[in-house]
Formats: sequence, C-alpha cells, structure tokens
Amino acid sequence: MLSIKNLHVSIEGKDILKGINLDVKPGEVHAIMGPNGAGKSTLASVLAGRDLFNVTEGEVSFQGKDLLDMEPEDRAKEGIFLGFQYPIEIPGVSTVNFMKTAVNEHRKYKGLDPLSASDFLKLMREKKSLVEIDSKLTNRSVNEGFSGGEKKKNEIFQMAMLEPKLAVLDETDSGLDIDALRVVANGVNKLKTRDNATIVITHYQRLLDYIVPDVVHVLYDGRIVKTAGKELALELEEKGYDWIKEENGK
Amino acid sequence: MADINTINKDFADLFNQGNELLLEGSSDVMNETRKNAFQDFAKLGVPTRANENYKYTNLIPAFDHPYNVNLRYQQVDVDLNEIFQCDVPELDTNMVLLTNGWYYGNNKELTELPKGVIVCGVQEAAEKYPEIFNAHYGKYAKTDDDGLVALNTALAKDGFFIYVPKGVVIEKPIQVVNLLRSDRDLMATQRNLIVVEENAQAKIIVCDHTLTHHKYLTNSVTEVNVAKNAIFDLYTLQNQHLNSVILNSTYIRQESNSNVLSNTISLYGGTIRNNHHVILDEEHCENNTFGMYLMDRDQHVDNFTSIDHAKPNCLSNEHFKGVMDDQASGAFAGRIFVRRDAQQTQAYQSNNNLLLSNDAVINTKPQLVIDADDVKCSHGATVGQMDEDALFYLRARGIDEKEARQMLMFAFAHEIIEKIRVEPLKERIDELVDKRLRGEISKCNTCAIACNH
Repeated sequence: MLSIKNLHVSIEGKDILKGINLDVKPGEVHAIMGPNGAGKSTLASVLAGRDLFNVTEGEVSFQGKDLLDMEPEDRAKEGIFLGFQYPIEIPGVSTVNFMKTAVNEHRKYKGLDPLSASDFLKLMREKKSLVEIDSKLTNRSVNEGFSGGEKKKNEIFQMAMLEPKLAVLDETDSGLDIDALRVVANGVNKLKTRDNATIVITHYQRLLDYIVPDVVHVLYDGRIVKTAGKELALELEEKGYDWIKEENGK
Repeated sequence: MADINTINKDFADLFNQGNELLLEGSSDVMNETRKNAFQDFAKLGVPTRANENYKYTNLIPAFDHPYNVNLRYQQVDVDLNEIFQCDVPELDTNMVLLTNGWYYGNNKELTELPKGVIVCGVQEAAEKYPEIFNAHYGKYAKTDDDGLVALNTALAKDGFFIYVPKGVVIEKPIQVVNLLRSDRDLMATQRNLIVVEENAQAKIIVCDHTLTHHKYLTNSVTEVNVAKNAIFDLYTLQNQHLNSVILNSTYIRQESNSNVLSNTISLYGGTIRNNHHVILDEEHCENNTFGMYLMDRDQHVDNFTSIDHAKPNCLSNEHFKGVMDDQASGAFAGRIFVRRDAQQTQAYQSNNNLLLSNDAVINTKPQLVIDADDVKCSHGATVGQMDEDALFYLRARGIDEKEARQMLMFAFAHEIIEKIRVEPLKERIDELVDKRLRGEISKCNTCAIACNH
C-alpha cells in the first residue's frame, strides 16, 4: 500500500530525514516511536504533502502511484489522512461546511454525486456517535476554542467521515487525558478494516495499549534504527530512549 | 490635470451661477444653511492629501472631471419601479428609490408603514414637516470641519428623509436604493436625514447602484439622530462600478440608552471614502460600528471613523475588516475620543486586513484620545496574508487550493456579515460576498444593463 524508499528530507538546508525505508500493507498498524527531534512529525507532514520540506532523495509510492508528485488535496482524495499533532483553529469556517465540502470533494474524485443535505447530516450523526464527539463542537467553527482533547477527537471524527485507506496519526495521544485517549483509540479501532492501514506516531507507549500495533519502528536521527513487534514499545517504555542513542553512537 | 484651485473655483462658479436653481424649491432653513456652508467650503475646499484626514485618499483625480450636475429634479423617462426590482424576494422591505440622489417622483406608496412614520424626500420634508426637519437638519454634520460636508451642504437639494415617531417599531426594514442612471458623466449630491424618536425602532438598508457605465461621483451626507431608548440599524451596501467615486459621510448622534448598529459593506467602486462619525451624547448608549471592504484591481477604499464618547457609561464596538487583492489600496482610521468626564466608558476597536497580493496596500491607523481615567479601551490592527497552516489543513482533507482559499477568505469576511441583524439580508450579503470573492460579478439587481466593468 505504502512504500517509502530511501527518503531524504531537509528543511532550510538542514537534513531531517536521512534515508527512511518503510512498507505498510493493508490491514496493518505500524507504530513509529522515537525521541523528540527524531523526524517523526516531518515524516507525517511529508506524507501529507506539506510544502515546507524539501525531498532531496528517495521515493514514496502509495497504491502504485508516485505520492510525492501529488498535491495535498489529491493525496487526501487518494486515501491518505493526516491526524494533526496540532489541529488548526479556523474561525469562521463551520465544521459542517468544512466536512461537507471535503466529503463531496472525495465523492467527486470517485465519480459520485454530492451527498444530499439529509444524507450528509445522517452521515455526520453516525460518525459523531462513533467518536463520541458532542454536537456542540461540530456546530462550531473548526477547532475554534476546542480543548486539546476535543481537537484530537475532532481529528478522529474527520477521519471517520473521510474513511481513509491510510491514516497517519501524528502524536494523537499528546495532551490527552486517559478518557479522551480511550475514546480516540476506540474510534481508531472501530474504523480499522482489513483494507486500511494506520501509522501511529507517538512518543509514549501509552497509546499502544489501546491501539495495538503489528510493527513498531524506532525513528532516531532521521533513520529507522530498529523494527520489531509490539514488545519493542514496552521495552522503550521501560528503558527510555537512551539505549537507542547509545547504540547509535551518540 | 487640473489643480485643486481650479476644482474649487469651478465649484464656486457653479454655486454662484446656479444660485437661483439652488435656492428654488428648498426651504429657508436649507438655504440659510447652504449659504454658511458655501462660505465654509470657500475656506476649506475639496480636501487634499495635505489634510491629515485625507492623507491616503487623493480626491483630485476624482473631482478633476467634467461632470454634469443636476440642480433640479430631472424627470425619469422610464418607470424605475419596473427597471429596478430587487431580486431578493425573501428580503421583504419597504423600498423607496432615489434617482441620482433625488427622491424618485414615482415611488410606490409604502402602505405597510406604521402610523406616523414618514418616508419622503428631503425637499418635501423641509416644506411639510418643518418642526422636525429644522430641529435636526445641519445640526450634526458640521460644515466647518470637512470640505466634502461643506460642499454637500452648499449644493444639497434632495435625498431621503425618514422619521420614526416615539414608540413606533417598524418591523420590516426600510430599503433605500439610489439608482445612478444618466446618459452623461454625473456628480450627484445627496443629503439625507433620519430621525428616530424615543423608544422607536427601525432598520434601514441603503444601497447604491449604477445603471449605466458612466462615471459617477456621489457626495452624500446622512445625518441621524437616535433618541432615548431607540434602536436603530443602518446597513450601507456599496456596489457600483470601477469608474465611480463614492464619498459617503454619516453623522450619528445618540441619546441615552439608545442602541445603534451600522454596517458599511463596500463591494465595488472605483474610489470609496466613508466618513463615519458617531457622538454618544448622553449616558448608557451602545454603538456598534462595523464595516467590510473587498477590493481588487485598482480600487481604493478609505474608511475614516470617529466615535466620540462625550458622556459617561457608554459602550462602543468598532470592527472593520478588509480583503485586498491586486493593486487595490485602502486606509482605515479609527478615532475614539473619550472626553474628560466620560468615565466608565468602554470602547473597543479593531481593524483586520487580509492582503492577497504583493501590490495591495493598506494603511491602518487607530487613534485613541482618552481624557478620562476610569475607562476600558482597546484597539488593534492586523495586516496579514492567508494563513498557510489553515490552508494546508483544509487541503489535507481533500479540498482543493482554490476552494480552500475561498473558504478562508469568506470566513474572514463573515465575521462582519454575521453582525447583520436582518436575517435575509445577512444571507444575501453572504451570497454576494461569496460571489465577489470568487471574482464573479456581484450585482444584486436584475437590471439588464448592469455594468460589469
């Protein structure tokens, strides 16, 4: 589904990613862990198409298509979803209008007619209950005045609405209390099918108690330095990242 | 190009040579006011950029043009009621028309107005209702301060007059549509007076439309007095063409516990200057002054506002927002005076601008003069570009860049639109603004000869 080969990325001349290789197959959950500054969020942003970064080398294909060649909106419509670490507040744009526009853009891309107002509201209701998000929130402007937890729930709500093939969740657990964490993780688990995949980017093992990964990668200094099963997350939780740093000569 | 002295001299000649026509049909009070106004104009002249208040708007090119001036009501050769039909059926209003600044002679009778409400031309009001008219005419728009006001008062013949008696609530908004329609380039002088008595309520929508492609210069002055406990809304919709000059001065005086909301929306026009003056002349007034401007190409807009807290315990909120594209230029000046004894004043002001191109220019100048010590005041001005993070967020959900930009611009403007207290008008303006931001023509009349320069 997703294949990253030797990906090098820099920002303002500084190398951030120094040769990433990663393969994700349908139905899999991958966790990418690593200390601050390792390049985790950069990887997520590059996959979604943020143009702040320069890809200097390597390739990324998604379902056989060259991902790096696509505009962010086309990547989204191809089925990539980025759950933002810091969701943006957009005053004046209502969540309803935002989601309606997005859902219909996706439908248009697939050659489907736009949803009628009532079908759209029905879909909203259904997905809202899935992620336990309050109508009070979806009736407001996008993320405006939301708490950290509400913003993250809203990311998962949007994911539910758009039904991506590959969700990249960037530090979705940061700033979440245990209840919100459970809600967010439940949402992700409920949306999981045999055909879609998830990349969970996290600093802590905590989230992985709820979203159980098939594969855990450790990203350090722009490279994936370790890949193993879910037990690796527990080991990291116990020992921290220092041993990784030592192993890699720092 | 003519210099300012030639322009001023031309007006002096017009005043002297046209004196007989100017006096004809106007009441003694109007003519007495006219005489003094002309003396003031002779001193002040058309404001130039040497005048600090007009630093960002050069009026010389606007005035340096051979305009036709009508000092007498011109019969209209068609039925304007037929030509102009507002295409907003759900915007149910009491509508009257003006033609080139004059109250249209064939206006349909407004049958649904509550008893005692008067809607007519200024000339007619001066004659038929001298007690009301004389008590207010020329009392708020002072001619010794601004050359445009002096010029307007010197040349004033007609405009609209609205009177809302004590305790009367007009449910349906009154819509005044000024149609500029001429076969020659034209300068129109329009003088309006609105009197809202104690406990009365009224909402007035003023629209300007150009029906031909000729160059128009409109110099209008509107005086408003809002008495105790009255609630008054004034919506001004400026939608002309790129070859027009809109000079619009509004003077609002508020008495105790009155509540006023004004919203000035500039969608289209070559050069637009809005002077908006409010005096909170008694205690416990609330004033809301809002405005929005969407400018592109070579358009120019200048909103010059002043809110005078003359008495204690009043609240004012002022918010102007603008979207500027291409080579458009603009200015905002927001003066707030808090006079010495106006304690417990709350005065808030902000001006936000979104610049979409490298060549668009905005000058914004908040100016607070506070002579009382127990007040809450704030002001803020921002000039920025499109929020790239927000843009990416929308695109990352599958919304294409153009649409995402449109959503963000619209959201920016919508903050001002949502302050409109007439629901169908709000929806209509939303629609117009959306179209305007998409670069589609935003004419809101069905006229076949609507100009789209």
